[in-house]
Amino acid sequence: MIPITTGLTLGHYLALGAALFCISVAGIFLNRKNVIVLLMSIELMLLAVNVNFVAFSRYLGDAAGQVFVFFILTVAAAEAAIGLAILVTLFRNRRTIDVADLDTLKG
Amino acid sequence: MDFALLAFYAFAVAAVVSAGAVISVRNPVHAALFLVLTFFTVACTWILAGAEFLGIALILVYVGAVMVLFLFVVMMLDVDVARMREGWVRFLPVGLIVAVVMLVEMFALIGVKARSVVPFAQNAAAPATGGTMPNTTWLANALFTDFLLPFEVAAIILTIAVIAAVMLTLRRRVGAKHQDPAWQTSVRARDRVRIVSVPTEHPAVEATASNTEEGKA
Repeated sequence: MIPITTGLTLGHYLALGAALFCISVAGIFLNRKNVIVLLMSIELMLLAVNVNFVAFSRYLGDAAGQVFVFFILTVAAAEAAIGLAILVTLFRNRRTIDVADLDTLKG
Repeated sequence: MDFALLAFYAFAVAAVVSAGAVISVRNPVHAALFLVLTFFTVACTWILAGAEFLGIALILVYVGAVMVLFLFVVMMLDVDVARMREGWVRFLPVGLIVAVVMLVEMFALIGVKARSVVPFAQNAAAPATGGTMPNTTWLANALFTDFLLPFEVAAIILTIAVIAAVMLTLRRRVGAKHQDPAWQTSVRARDRVRIVSVPTEHPAVEATASNTEEGKA
């Protein structure tokens, strides 16, 4: 019989990361017309991945996990900046950010 | 059940509830503010796990910079909220089914694996360093020795992102006055001032009067 542990374990953090990831997937499904909320859902998804990295880094005692969180934060910040810049340019040209209106490439 | 576990449960519930609010509130400004709350709460759980540096960095980078950027953009754009919400109800079943199935699968996997998991050590750096080194020092040692090249690449990525964001949003307006530094530095005196020799035509009697006027000026 395996004793039920009472402290903070890896499983708690993995569960939190899984919950955040699923919420952000649901957000992408629900708000597929609004680019701003789509970008927020992507940020939330990256955060869920970061939770897993931190938890495993703590669990395995390996600093590489936390270093990778650092890099993911960097790339996520760059992605947010460029994504929002594209959004501003898009709104300036089309006066809308509705994904359904952006069908120029559809032919 | 110790105090850290209770605190973790409180933070986790707050994070999940605010993340749910991010994807379900109508107003994008409220969504951005709820996203701030989510990031802050997750940073609290990271500090609870002993990753102090990353928790502080998450608050500084996200709450301080990225979310302010989001709020600026949301407030600059004139978004028709009602139109954006079209299809929300239509996609609700699909989104919920996918999310819940994924959640159940992940929880099942985690539950199976977590049966044999021991609680975290007191200090994250403890297994590697004997428990004397603080987490930030441990992270810095790894970052500036093994990961120095990726660290520099990250700096280049950020620089490129800044340049790209500026170039994307830069708009040259017609008729706007702006400086051209290259033209300013390469200008020569003879482009600005032209000295011409004009013969004097004043009669001699008026010369004294013009001299006094020049003296006043």
